[in-house]
Amino acid sequence: MATTTTATEAMSEKKSNRDLVQAKLAKRHRSETTFRAVGLGAILIGIALVFVLFGSILYKGVPAFWQATLHLEINFDPEVIDIDPRPVQQPGQSAAEHLDNVNAWIRGLRRARFDRLVQSAIAAEIPAAGDPSETRNVYGLVNANARYELAALVEADPSIIGTTVPVALVANENVDTWLKGNIDRDLPQRMQQLSPEQQEWADALYDRGVIEMNFASSIFTNVDSRSSGATAGLLGAMVGSVMMMLIVMTVAVPVGVMAAIYLEEFAPKNRLTDLIEVNINNLAAVPSIVFGLLGAAVFINFLGLPLSAPLVGGLVLSLMTLPTVIIASRAALRAVPPSIRQAALGIGASPTQAMFHHTLPLAVPGMLTGAIIGVAQALGETAPLLLIGMNAFVASVPSTPLDQASALPVQIYLWQGNENRNFFESRTAAAILVLLGVMITLNALAILMRHRFERRW
Amino acid sequence: MNTFITLAIVLIALSFVYTWGAAASRRVASQTGEKLHSRPPYYGLYLVLWCAIPAAIIFIVYSLITPTIETVIIQSYFPQEVLNDAAELANQTRQVESIAGGFGMFGEPAPYQVQAAAALKNVEWIGKMALVALIAVAAVAGTLVARTRISPEFRARNRIETAIEMLLITCSAIAVLTTVGIVLSVLGEAVRFFTFVNPIDFFLGTSWNPRFSTTGHGGQGDFGLLPLLWGTLMITIIAMIVAVPIGLMAAVYLSEYAGPKFRFVAKPMLEVLAGIPTIVYGIFAAFTVGPFLSTMGDAVGLDINATSAFTAGIVMGIMIIPFVSSLSDDIISQVPQSLRDGSYGLGATRSETIRRVILPAALPGIVGAFLLAVSRAIGETMIVVLAAGNSPVLTANPFEAVSTVTVTIVNQLTGDTDFASPQSLVAFALGLTLFVITLCLNVVAIYIVRKYREQYE
Repeated sequence: MATTTTATEAMSEKKSNRDLVQAKLAKRHRSETTFRAVGLGAILIGIALVFVLFGSILYKGVPAFWQATLHLEINFDPEVIDIDPRPVQQPGQSAAEHLDNVNAWIRGLRRARFDRLVQSAIAAEIPAAGDPSETRNVYGLVNANARYELAALVEADPSIIGTTVPVALVANENVDTWLKGNIDRDLPQRMQQLSPEQQEWADALYDRGVIEMNFASSIFTNVDSRSSGATAGLLGAMVGSVMMMLIVMTVAVPVGVMAAIYLEEFAPKNRLTDLIEVNINNLAAVPSIVFGLLGAAVFINFLGLPLSAPLVGGLVLSLMTLPTVIIASRAALRAVPPSIRQAALGIGASPTQAMFHHTLPLAVPGMLTGAIIGVAQALGETAPLLLIGMNAFVASVPSTPLDQASALPVQIYLWQGNENRNFFESRTAAAILVLLGVMITLNALAILMRHRFERRW
Repeated sequence: MNTFITLAIVLIALSFVYTWGAAASRRVASQTGEKLHSRPPYYGLYLVLWCAIPAAIIFIVYSLITPTIETVIIQSYFPQEVLNDAAELANQTRQVESIAGGFGMFGEPAPYQVQAAAALKNVEWIGKMALVALIAVAAVAGTLVARTRISPEFRARNRIETAIEMLLITCSAIAVLTTVGIVLSVLGEAVRFFTFVNPIDFFLGTSWNPRFSTTGHGGQGDFGLLPLLWGTLMITIIAMIVAVPIGLMAAVYLSEYAGPKFRFVAKPMLEVLAGIPTIVYGIFAAFTVGPFLSTMGDAVGLDINATSAFTAGIVMGIMIIPFVSSLSDDIISQVPQSLRDGSYGLGATRSETIRRVILPAALPGIVGAFLLAVSRAIGETMIVVLAAGNSPVLTANPFEAVSTVTVTIVNQLTGDTDFASPQSLVAFALGLTLFVITLCLNVVAIYIVRKYREQYE
């Protein structure tokens, strides 16, 4: 009897427990769904941010690759360009003197009134622009370096004097802004960048097809320019970046791989190597600007290397990339199963032979992936380069790693600060697209290699 | 071109030495009838090392001392008044080098310049001949000495392996030397700064107004760190408020809910955010997010500056999301499956398991990940340079412009290589502060993460 009661009590208690759980179940499932939705939401927000970021840069940057260009029939009038033939090196004349004469001749050539040539070519389309008092105004339609472009044509082939040649001249940056509608056309005249005549002519030339939107090859073929924003390009910065990447590849990658081999295979396990390990992990997280301070103090102040040199930039970036390469290479070495090494040791190979003949070749793909990611990271780094003077204005292509140079991310930084914001906002975005293009290519290469060579053990 | 020819000659010579060594070892073995200790390539390599290393040392010493010797010789011809004028001295030295190089100079060289050029040409020629002769002698002598050692008992492999290990140790030492270099250079310059400014005034000062170095020492400004530190802190807090919930929830979803297909797509998409250079985030903040937030603020009646702690913090948060999510993801997936199974076995739902079991178990590791993220936010430079507004005042309003430690380092050191004024030396004191703060965060974080890993291994 007693036993039956307890059993019944137990049953009723069990039932009530079950009821309790049942009662809460709906609420628990609701909170489960909410939690899950929040998680998914977080990921979607992250992905949406990627699209917003790329979208805003593409929206601003892509139009900059098409730029207003004037297609003019330029008559190289001998009355306007009145110069002597190019000097020839006389016997007994030193190379320095000859160079000086040639430079004087080029200076004389550049002083010729090329603006008048441009004016008469435009006046052929719009007679009102032919008035001699309007030369300045008309020349303002083409980029400020147009006279040097025309001078270079004459310098390359003096026989074009007296002939009429079709020439494509990039329009002034303000004309480009005006035609693309990047400036509000209803702004009062004192806030406009073009004079009323220039506005009228620009529209007229665009309607007649004299001004066309052409691919802005100057972004890739020109160096930076202060006087002519329309033709400012990235060539110098790209060459500087390539030099630095080569230095990073020849310094950081071999040193990093060898350090990883030592730490993973040969280093005794003691407090010292433990300290080295913590040190490398810490170095990977040291702010990049601190590496810039190191570069300024050691390479420039102490060793006396020149400011703005790709060599210094490359070395600073190498030191910065080194921990990344070491960590990636160690991971790649650790991923090779120990049985490979043990088999080699078992048939009499020395530890060095086991490493270099067996483990290392299997780890190479992983190491290369890490190295490419490290190089890509170094390519996008800006802050340390600012401290070693790479933010200087450089209007030439560096020919050695000791010349002054800029770098792609630093050029972006310089362009975003340009006063002519209307034009340079999109030029900056275009430069970012070039930088991102290179970085995406590098990263795609890394992913491709990972998939191509990945081995599952 | 010359360099390539020299390089080719060196490579050919070395490969010849290598073949000779390998062949010699085989010959010795067949003559004596004994078995070689190492395989023939090791004897070849041994000879190569003996051939190349002494020659390389001579070359390095020569490259280091010749510029000094040449300058001394040139200047011994110069009259006293030129020696006293540094600019003229540099100019005339360059001219002499140009004359000696056969390029000549513009204008009539002074007689002493011609003499100096002749002497320089002479010395350069003698130096080059001596270098070639010395290198040849050293290479041949080294090779011959090494050749005499080849015998069947000679342990060439062990020698080579020792050399390789030395190389590996040197490479690992570079990583350690970088840290030592950072500490010494930054500390050294910071100490020099503290001879100008009292450390108490620097660390506890509430006013930042360094003035310009050109105003002279009389008008030394205020170097108070606190406004900068406060700006850094405020931006970091905002960044963490953005990044932690999104990053953590994304990590939870990816590791606990997402199927392999979704994970395969979503994880790399999020990591794209980590690969974008910080200058791009900076431009995104300055051109897109800042104006957007400012307009939004106007709409709801808030006065938000386009460049403010808020703008910089939000964009920095976006940058850190993938950092938080991938570190947390790693850590959550290290929690043993048995904990999950136990929890499910007791009837918990997935979200209950995550909140009550997995996250508490993973907490130490996640805290470590957050500390690494904070350290990264504190050291970030380009976003704050472009979007924080550079206004070093103590303000509690996140919608106002602020300045940070990193921004001030960039402002004080760029374009200024004068390492004597407190205005530029302060960059190193700031760098030291930054380095110490991030070092503490990193070391604690690395320690926590490692302890956590060991716990579940």
